[in-house]
Amino acid sequence: MPHQLAWFIWTLPIFAFIVITFILRPFFNHKPEWSGYATIVSIAASLALSIWTLVAVMQAPHHVLEIPDVEWVLINGFTIKIGMLVDSLTAVMLVVVTSVSLLVQIYSQGYMHGDPGYPRYFAWMALFTANMLGLVMADSLVFMYVFWEGVGLCSYLLIGFWFHKPAAANAAKKAFLVTRLGDFGFLAGILSLYLSQHTFDIETLRHAAMTGAIAGTTLTWAAVGIFSGAAGKSAQFPLHTWLPDAMEGPTPVSSLIHAATMVAAGVFLVARTFPLFAYSEQALNVVAGIGAFTAIFAASMGLVMNDIKRVMAYSTVSQLGYMMLGLGAGGLAAYASGGHLETEEAVAIGIAAGIFHLFNHAFFKCLLFLGSGSVNHATGTFDMRYMGGLRKYMPYTTVTFVIASLSLAGIWPLAGFWSKDEILAVSWSYTPVWFYLALVTVFMTAFYVFRAVFMTFAGEYRGGEPSSAHGAHGSSAHGAHPPKPHESPAVMLVPMVILAILSVASGWVNLSGAFTSFLGHHVEEKTLLEGLFGIFAHPLPWASLIVAGLGIFLAYAMYARKWISAEAVGRAFSPIYTMLSRKYWMDELYEGVVVRSALLNGLFRGSQVLDEKVVDGTANGISDGAILLGRGIRRTQTGQLQGYAVAIVIGIVAILVGFYFWH
Amino acid sequence: MSFPYLSAILFLPVVGAIVIALLSKPEQKTIRTVALVFSLLSFALSLYVFAGFDRSTAAIGLMQFEEKLDWFPAVGAAYHLGVDGISLPMLVLTTIIGVLVVLVSWKVTLRAREYFVWLLVLETSVLGVFASVDLILFFIFWEIELVPMYFLISIWGTGRKEYSAIKYVIYTVLGSAMMLTGILTLYFTVGTMDMSVIARTDLSELRAVIPLTGMFVLLLIGFAIKLPVFPLHTWLPDAHTDAPTAVSVVLAGVLLKMGGYGMIRFNVGFFPDVARSLAPILAALAVVNVLYGAAVTLRQTDLKRLIAYSSVSHMGLVLLGIFALTSVSLTGATLQMFSHGIVTGLLFAMVGLVYDKTHNRNLTTLGGLARRMPVIAVVFSLAGLASLGLPGTSGFAAEFLVFVGSFTSSAFDSARVMTLLSAFGIVLTAGYILWLLQRVFYGPPLEQYAHVPDADRVEMVCIFSFCALIMLIGLYPAILTNIIQMGTKPIVALLGMP
Repeated sequence: MPHQLAWFIWTLPIFAFIVITFILRPFFNHKPEWSGYATIVSIAASLALSIWTLVAVMQAPHHVLEIPDVEWVLINGFTIKIGMLVDSLTAVMLVVVTSVSLLVQIYSQGYMHGDPGYPRYFAWMALFTANMLGLVMADSLVFMYVFWEGVGLCSYLLIGFWFHKPAAANAAKKAFLVTRLGDFGFLAGILSLYLSQHTFDIETLRHAAMTGAIAGTTLTWAAVGIFSGAAGKSAQFPLHTWLPDAMEGPTPVSSLIHAATMVAAGVFLVARTFPLFAYSEQALNVVAGIGAFTAIFAASMGLVMNDIKRVMAYSTVSQLGYMMLGLGAGGLAAYASGGHLETEEAVAIGIAAGIFHLFNHAFFKCLLFLGSGSVNHATGTFDMRYMGGLRKYMPYTTVTFVIASLSLAGIWPLAGFWSKDEILAVSWSYTPVWFYLALVTVFMTAFYVFRAVFMTFAGEYRGGEPSSAHGAHGSSAHGAHPPKPHESPAVMLVPMVILAILSVASGWVNLSGAFTSFLGHHVEEKTLLEGLFGIFAHPLPWASLIVAGLGIFLAYAMYARKWISAEAVGRAFSPIYTMLSRKYWMDELYEGVVVRSALLNGLFRGSQVLDEKVVDGTANGISDGAILLGRGIRRTQTGQLQGYAVAIVIGIVAILVGFYFWH
Repeated sequence: MSFPYLSAILFLPVVGAIVIALLSKPEQKTIRTVALVFSLLSFALSLYVFAGFDRSTAAIGLMQFEEKLDWFPAVGAAYHLGVDGISLPMLVLTTIIGVLVVLVSWKVTLRAREYFVWLLVLETSVLGVFASVDLILFFIFWEIELVPMYFLISIWGTGRKEYSAIKYVIYTVLGSAMMLTGILTLYFTVGTMDMSVIARTDLSELRAVIPLTGMFVLLLIGFAIKLPVFPLHTWLPDAHTDAPTAVSVVLAGVLLKMGGYGMIRFNVGFFPDVARSLAPILAALAVVNVLYGAAVTLRQTDLKRLIAYSSVSHMGLVLLGIFALTSVSLTGATLQMFSHGIVTGLLFAMVGLVYDKTHNRNLTTLGGLARRMPVIAVVFSLAGLASLGLPGTSGFAAEFLVFVGSFTSSAFDSARVMTLLSAFGIVLTAGYILWLLQRVFYGPPLEQYAHVPDADRVEMVCIFSFCALIMLIGLYPAILTNIIQMGTKPIVALLGMP
């Protein structure tokens, strides 16, 4: 394909943004649906170009397309260039982002119907998509950082879409600030890499790591810095607290940005710069360790949430942890093998494992959110305690939601099974500890997602809630919802059905090992049937399937059949239940203790007092002193000649005495 | 001799002031129109100079559009104007802000004639500072600026306006006194008032009348008060808070830049060796400015005071960029001055708009304005995002260059630590900007602001042009950096730095 076309992939949605902001919104505000069409058309065109790119990359030598750079800033020999790196990783991400985005935009037409901010919504969604595409295509760390902040901005704007709700405004601010904390590390990483190699070019930096030009502590710190950016974006512990709150945004936003694409950007960043990690065992341990811990930590909170979107949010955090674990453990496989495995190959294994899960997760998690949105559309609430029995009223939503849940739980032969299995396999190969953590997470995942399924769709309808905590959608966009829930319109169901098909089938692209090979880890080609059934020759998949099955069964027993009372379990483990539902008190720790007590009312208040009393006080003190001094001296100017004469005599005597002793 | 562009740019505002003064019983409308026309003319000419500036490598380090008339031959002082890569962006910035402040003052009716006269005189004096190539001329323009500022704050200000005006004057005069001593010692050492000659002279080979470090410090204090540098900054929040909107805009927009400009031109340009030896101390002060400034900003509840303190923090980056002494960092510092000028100028203008319409500047009682004034909310947010250094805005381009330039500096060992500490400012900045936006614009609409109007047509034209400028520099910073680097290159060559 002509390389100029690559620029259009990420600029087309920007055009849509410009058209909506400067033409449609001011002049055609009576036709809000045009804004939706503009966004959808531009993203559809980007999707077409992305698919073309994917095909071209598949055929290209070494799976890389050459695209010339453009100069951006040049200062006495220091240059920053703008360019794109289009390799297999980029191509896969392009297709994921454009396809998921397109489906979400189509769905949004139904979900956002009648909202007064409809054009604004589509303008920002287009801007987000453009930035996300730019992020995956950028060939230099600076350029990537630009888009990295860009998606962060769009996330901020869209979380706070209903800015009149204080909770939404707070959540938006929190998301921006927590990710920015991580971005500080990213920036520091970029600076130290530039200091060491005098380049921002990712390809050159990767090469420098592979040849050992950057090594030792420089490499480790640079990698850890980059990872801190990735951890902020991908909501990894301890920077995970913003993502559950981000659910205050419209549900399609949560689906696209906070489940399928932007939050995965952190995983993508690590994959993109993975050679920098792979040559530092410490950095890999950080990635894998934080990933594994986040996976189980977030899943534990997902067990007790009653808000269906929050369950999915913790699930996303947990699954992103999984991807990080896949990357890290893959890289560590080289160290574990005792020299049998080349680091370059380990790089490919890590990328393949992490990105394969990212790929599958994008589809089924997006669908789970769209399903939650559909349920909310019908009941006006996100609180599962007020749902129930929806399978009777919403057959399409029920079926698609269950398919996505099975995929998330990792049930054969759905998509989630294949990638989860690979991550379990690579983590087993390094150390069993992470494997067992991951296995416990599999159990929790299956339990919480089917808990959601049974609470929402099984049993009898519990009547929804007219004025729920999250009722902005129900109340602002739709007025009073009907007493009986209804199935969502076709414009919302069609994207869900397509995603359901992908949730089943997306994992099959790697049955023959083709996906893994495409990402650089060359494996033996298998036939599809071998791939489909051959997996059971190993014991690992059995273990994960049994564990997942147990999780589903427990959820069935507690929430569908009620053989075990959920309340009784909650009471029996009351301290644990409280700890989980209060999210380990992390919000209180961060907001109350660190931000409010230690900083705002501590350090910053101290600075303010210092500024007002000491710094400014000194200046005012000097001026007051000058005035006092003047007053004092004025007293001596009495105008009485006798006084002056005495002073003169004393002065002369003093001088003479001084003169005498001087000599 | 060709047309004296620089003199025309310089004196058009004053001519406008004279015209206003001579009009007999003018209406407020006439006055403001005259002011606008003359500031626009000056702006248009500065754009012409910007376009006509020779960007070829042969022109590096040379003054362009030079004008020279003998003036005071006994001491070798001349009416000598010129611009190079560092002063040209500052000149253009000043004429842009000059137009903005007239528009911001569109509704000033109290003693309108005097007001606009002072405003135009102020513009000329600042332009003179940036265009002078003669030490005495520089100093005279530097001093003239005080007079209009004093009257503008003390007559048209609010709150403790007399206190703030006098505080501003005393601080500046204190700095000027030291600066004058510095200028005189410099003159008696080199024997010329021509700044471009001094810049080419190696002072260490001459018999200095006082130690070079002494001269350096004398000059530095004058500039440090203006920038401002901790602990000489406390005049700034007071002056900003009590000044009328337009004066806050000028103050943040251009007056602070006189300090940064002076440091580059005098301290680094004339005394490269001293600058190098004192750089670690000044960089440490820069870190204090950035972090301490941001910490105090986070505690403010008055909109204007908050933005005033944020200037202290942002100017810290200028200081860091200057004394990191690399071409990238110096270019970044100059770009940051330009960027901060338009961004913070716009922010103060927006604060003025919000205050005009709500009569409230208190962040604890404002809220929910986004529904009432969507245009103001959008522009305020954009300016805020530029202030927190979001890519795509001028703030990012400038800050990033400062960080890269300082981090790679070999001028002193602690450069890396200092840069990282300053870079942590990006988190704190995001904190106060987003908090501000939330307090003012988000949340449920409040009853008492149910009928406040949005920006009107004049206001919209003016604030949208600023948004466009912020984005333009953010997306294509080379439009300025190509010029700035021509000015920083000879300075860096003196330092022997990359």
